[in-house]
Amino acid sequence: MSMSVPSQLDRRAAVAALLKNRKDKLVVSGLGSPTYDLHATGDRDDNFYLWGAMGGAALIGLGLAQAQPGKRVLALTGDGEQLMGLGGIATIGVAHPRNLDIVVIDNQHFGETGMQASHTGCGVDLTAIATACGFAATATLRTPEEVQKLATEIAEPADGPRLFVIKVKAENPPRSLPSRDAVFIKNRFRAHLGFAAA
Amino acid sequence: MHSPKPTPETDWPSELYRILKAAGVKQMSYVPDAGHSQLIRMFSADRDVTTNVLTTEEEGIAIAAGAWLGGQRSVLLMQSSGVGNCINMLSLSAIGRFPLLMLVTMRGEWAEFNPWQVPMSRATQPSLEAIGLKVMRAETADDLVETVESAASFAYESDQQIAVLIGQRLIGKKKW
Repeated sequence: MSMSVPSQLDRRAAVAALLKNRKDKLVVSGLGSPTYDLHATGDRDDNFYLWGAMGGAALIGLGLAQAQPGKRVLALTGDGEQLMGLGGIATIGVAHPRNLDIVVIDNQHFGETGMQASHTGCGVDLTAIATACGFAATATLRTPEEVQKLATEIAEPADGPRLFVIKVKAENPPRSLPSRDAVFIKNRFRAHLGFAAA
Repeated sequence: MHSPKPTPETDWPSELYRILKAAGVKQMSYVPDAGHSQLIRMFSADRDVTTNVLTTEEEGIAIAAGAWLGGQRSVLLMQSSGVGNCINMLSLSAIGRFPLLMLVTMRGEWAEFNPWQVPMSRATQPSLEAIGLKVMRAETADDLVETVESAASFAYESDQQIAVLIGQRLIGKKKW
């Protein structure tokens, strides 16, 4: 497989644009940079940040989407994290939730561990996999204008799960660190939806 | 094929279904095992429960956490070989203190034809305990029903992470 052209898109700017009008969308972020990217847009009660459980972001999104069919759910993750949960794309395709979007911030590298090249930089196309798994819509984005357009589109209802890959520059902006206390983040998230802690 | 008529002693899957429904379970995910087949059929036919078939067992750990974030209770069904696939994902349940109820049918421990089931069978309980789960075990139908009832309340009411191991002796010998 061939290398694709490196993107010039700034990941922080892309995520900020994507979430600018997120309204009551529930967001789960994957290890590691997407968690920093989400936190950099502002800490919120309806954010659930992963600091581990690699491969789990989209599937946490699935369980959440199934429990909250009246709300839109976004799993914001990276190429390495989604590659580890590749089978989950098949599971989500079969489950076919209408309120779950997966957005992969794809720098084509394992950015947290020394920028080793990932499969997506070697031609593996997550959108093609999602299409083959029955997703309702997929796209690959490379420009601020395309991200702007997607921000509007993902607010609209869908016929099934959608997966979008945003190709970004391979760089590590200064980390923006949310709490690493998962019990706190979990209880805060649940309280936001009206559920009491045990 | 002739199937014996279910008796209270052999119809534990129906009892488990009743208990899990009474506990308010709204999501069920699974990688199949013959020992779980009746329970899988019952949940799959239940319109009030969302059922997910998984490609690998750790997906169900993440789905259960997401379900809880959204206010729903979830149960995860697998066989013992699948426990090995779950270990790192169980960090999520352990560190987040997410309620987790896994029902694990044991292979490789009783009249097992396939020796490849044996190593993971041996590792099932120690590896679950090493990552921080509470492990409960049942060898008879009556004991299983009571154990799952207790485990469900422990998981969902007290935010615990529980695996119930269902002895292979109880499930019966696989026909080859």
